[in-house]
Amino acid sequence: MSPKNKLILFNPLSKENPVTVQMLGICSALAVTSKLEPAIVMGISVIAVVALSNVVISLLRNTIPGRIRIIVQLVVVAALVTVVNEVLKAFAYDVSKQLSVFIGLIITNCIVMGRLEAFALGNKPLPAFLDGVGNGLGYALILIVVGFFRELLGSGTLFGFQVIPDKLYEIGYENNGLMILPPMALIVVACIIWIQRSKDKELQEKN
Amino acid sequence: MNKDSNIYTLIYASVMVILVALILAYTSETLRPQQAKNEAIDKMRQILTSINVESTNANAEELYDKLIVDTYLINSQGNKVDGNAFAVELTEELRKPIEERNYPVLVADIEGSLKYVLSLRGAGLWGPLWGFISLDDDKKTIYGASFGHAGETPGLGAEIEKPFFAQAFIGKRIFNQEGTFTSVAIVKPGRTVQGKDYVDGISGGTITGQGVDAMLFSGLEAYKPFLTKE
Repeated sequence: MSPKNKLILFNPLSKENPVTVQMLGICSALAVTSKLEPAIVMGISVIAVVALSNVVISLLRNTIPGRIRIIVQLVVVAALVTVVNEVLKAFAYDVSKQLSVFIGLIITNCIVMGRLEAFALGNKPLPAFLDGVGNGLGYALILIVVGFFRELLGSGTLFGFQVIPDKLYEIGYENNGLMILPPMALIVVACIIWIQRSKDKELQEKN
Repeated sequence: MNKDSNIYTLIYASVMVILVALILAYTSETLRPQQAKNEAIDKMRQILTSINVESTNANAEELYDKLIVDTYLINSQGNKVDGNAFAVELTEELRKPIEERNYPVLVADIEGSLKYVLSLRGAGLWGPLWGFISLDDDKKTIYGASFGHAGETPGLGAEIEKPFFAQAFIGKRIFNQEGTFTSVAIVKPGRTVQGKDYVDGISGGTITGQGVDAMLFSGLEAYKPFLTKE
């Protein structure tokens, strides 16, 4: 893989992370991260949708009439999201029930439209695909980290299995019910941003 | 060809929409059988929950076949009629005139005693509610319950599908001492009602609670002729 493509794929994981640096897709990050499993499924779904819609739009980029550009993008994204939703209903029914409307809301996830406008319309299919996978991964990564901490501290489980030993509960440890509620997702995301910015000087604003 | 001409734009949009429609129709058709199976298993699990039997996706069918010994439909006079009680869509039935409605009854055999599982439909704050109520063999006392919803508020109204809410119904009676049908009321936590059994609603989920209350009353009332028949 050329160094340029590598950058396209891996930059969204750190320096150009869609959630922690560009502040996109926060809404769904709150909603689906109270448990680890839906967070992972949502991550995979977004990776699939961003990557495939990037490829489709990149292939069509020289034919799309400028005036209906956004409509074409929306139709492509909506079609892909519907396919993902149907596939989940067929093969991961319980998770699809948990995620319910949030899969449909991938259509309005700013990351998807953002990548189509900013990247897919001006690049060849392969880089567009890598860009989509990269941004999807960047989003999924944050979702998984948030989901991990929220499920661990909020329910004492991971993937539904208890990981905090009973002994700890006996000496007075309790699950933090607040972790299950949406605001804690924001606070966990904020902690990730804090850690990331204190490590990466380039991200810090200069006053 | 001029990409910005009206003709080009129109043709482009039409072709794209037709293509997308074909792709979506194809996906939907191919995945339909698998989805229908998942939905059936999900329904079986809800029915099993209403007779206090825990199940997983893997063993739901087996448990259902073992425990549900009889299924039939009843009409508005409480008489048995033929039909597939598992497949009947209660929402469709409720659109018909009362005399033409058929209600599903599933009979479960739990260690030798018969339980009657009744099906309910109602409306919550954001969308439909549904539930299964199982009655003891006296057809008066609630043996178990399970509730579901399409889109109630998570953490508030959506709590009705949690076991703690459904389990509060166990042992409640839907007829009072005199034998009049009263249903079971949902009340604000801490309140009481006279003359009938009640369970606590969910704080912050008042309208969903009222929906469940109304669903229980109208849903169980429809079964009254059947329940009071000797």
